[in-house]
Amino acid sequence: MTLLQVEDLATHFFTRDGVAKAVDGVSFSLDRGEILGLVGESGSGKSVTGFSLLGLVDPPGRIVSGKIVFDGEDLVKGGEPMMRTLRGKRIAMIFQDPMMTLNPVLRIDTQMVETVLAHERISRKSALERCREALARVGIASPDERLKSYPHQFSGGMRQRVAIAIALLHEPDLIIADEPTTALDVTIQAQILSEVQKLCADTGLAMIWITHDLAVVSGLADQLAVMYAGKIIETGETGRVIEAPLHPYTKGLIASVPQGQKHGALLAQIPGTTPSLLNLPEGCSFRPRCPRADAACQEEPPLGALLPGRAARCFHPHLDERREALAS
Amino acid sequence: MTPILEIDAVSKRFVKELDVAERTARFLGSKIEPLAIHAVDGVSLSIGRGEVLGLVGESGCGKSTLGRMVAGLTTPSEGHIRFRDADVASLTGAAAREAALKIQMVFQDPMSSLNPRLRVDEIVGEAPRVHGIVPRKETAAYVDDILSRCGLDPSVRRRYPHQFSGGQRARIGIARALAVKPDFIVCDESVAALDVSIQAQVLNLFMRLREELNLTYLFISHDLGVVEHISDRIAVMYLGRLVELGTAEDLMARPNHPYTQALVAEIPTFETKKKQYSAIKGEIPSPMNPPPGCHFHPRCPHAHPRCKAERPTLREVAPGRFSACHLNDEGAASTAA
Repeated sequence: MTLLQVEDLATHFFTRDGVAKAVDGVSFSLDRGEILGLVGESGSGKSVTGFSLLGLVDPPGRIVSGKIVFDGEDLVKGGEPMMRTLRGKRIAMIFQDPMMTLNPVLRIDTQMVETVLAHERISRKSALERCREALARVGIASPDERLKSYPHQFSGGMRQRVAIAIALLHEPDLIIADEPTTALDVTIQAQILSEVQKLCADTGLAMIWITHDLAVVSGLADQLAVMYAGKIIETGETGRVIEAPLHPYTKGLIASVPQGQKHGALLAQIPGTTPSLLNLPEGCSFRPRCPRADAACQEEPPLGALLPGRAARCFHPHLDERREALAS
Repeated sequence: MTPILEIDAVSKRFVKELDVAERTARFLGSKIEPLAIHAVDGVSLSIGRGEVLGLVGESGCGKSTLGRMVAGLTTPSEGHIRFRDADVASLTGAAAREAALKIQMVFQDPMSSLNPRLRVDEIVGEAPRVHGIVPRKETAAYVDDILSRCGLDPSVRRRYPHQFSGGQRARIGIARALAVKPDFIVCDESVAALDVSIQAQVLNLFMRLREELNLTYLFISHDLGVVEHISDRIAVMYLGRLVELGTAEDLMARPNHPYTQALVAEIPTFETKKKQYSAIKGEIPSPMNPPPGCHFHPRCPHAHPRCKAERPTLREVAPGRFSACHLNDEGAASTAA
């Protein structure tokens, strides 16, 4: 059952130097209990997509067109009043740096109770009880004691757990997680990932996991959407995208991650750098860095369904290798 | 391989001295002690000429402090660092300058390590000119050569750091380090802040430069995947101590120490199926108050009473392979792990 349907979303930033099309025609849908991995490098528009869903885009940026249909209602049309009733209640967000989420001068209990009371009229005592449960659920030992602490008394991993606990307070339908484990050490990252996995399985929570790290999300997400320069350039079921990427960018991204078998050898690299959003090349924006680009790429390729359940925005997708593999 | 650099039982303590009130309280009989943090605790390593030694560990394990001591940015509290058989700390005058030039460092964040008010040719060219490595007249040509070696177009030489992308800034940081013709480069998380596709470019640059200039690297990173890719040998640190050391292939294939085992298991790899994440428990303890015995015992799945009481020593468990774990004394116990 579709929980979230994003159609042709465009968020532009109107700066002095011109219009930066941070998100430019992004469409995807998400079912209940599903995890979508939204992958891209810095400046690809993945975070702005997340912010747009929650109506958190600040001027000079704004949503210029598109639909965000959440559980049957269009959030873009509903505007800020509708957003206020949903944000934190049915859609929650986890940010990269938990120190930025948490107020450093308030105790954890104050911040958590505030979140509960913002959406529900219940007694302070039962609100506190709810907070205690949420902390216990994300694996924080002795939650009673921890409620009385300040954010600086927690370690990085614990702070991120608290941020997740706050996101869970109202048992939302959807959590948008923006690089939630990037600032954490590997062993702590694994703890958070296993916690999130359990939560999604237990509660039927849907999640959008925004990250630059394809490897981390590959073991977690059901669906992948790869973004480049404000557009989704490839989507599909995670395992199949990783196994046989269609878009040359996705293929390059996978090849440039150092993994065991390539020890000592030169890494496959994507030449050049991510283009500035203010100055995108004509046609396919990956064209100047793409080994397969030719004259046809001066036109903008559509996001075409190339295989069942798979789509890529490319005129020269990696389909031929597939055919050969199938033929042999 | 003859070692170019030897780190001999080096320790670094950061001590917060008592303030006036605390000194007074102590004078009046209270038991306030100066706060000491053992950032690096008795680490010994030797690095051969032309070798790449990867140094891995999580935040607060002392890997950066060790790197800064090697680069001469801070001095060890105990122990010695010998570069080409000479104790760096005891060198004076020209010999000390020579050693300082031969060991250079590439930092994590190029934006905070490059002077925003200097142009690229000044950033790269200043040190070689001042140290008389190239005559003043030839500096421009020399800078152009270094820049193109690092994959930058020499025409950018009059630009300022803010006019570059992250990957290009990383290249400027590398160019600056190379400009004084070093033999040894300490790379402290030099690729951590970069996007994956750019990270691959910079890693390839590091490997190419090593071939061309016969450089030796101490490559510090929290990312075992990156370290494994570039290193000949890997050293793993935990809370100031060296816990395991071995060749890259061997250490990744057969991690001996339970901490290394956990690190290796948790390198994010490409999965085509959903992965069941299983995490080692607990947090990294504060270095201000490390657990007794083996620092890892509160998180270790194989911990037994001895681990709480006795500090394991780093000993050779196989040729060229060192590990600091009591399990190795019990033979079969470790292989079962």
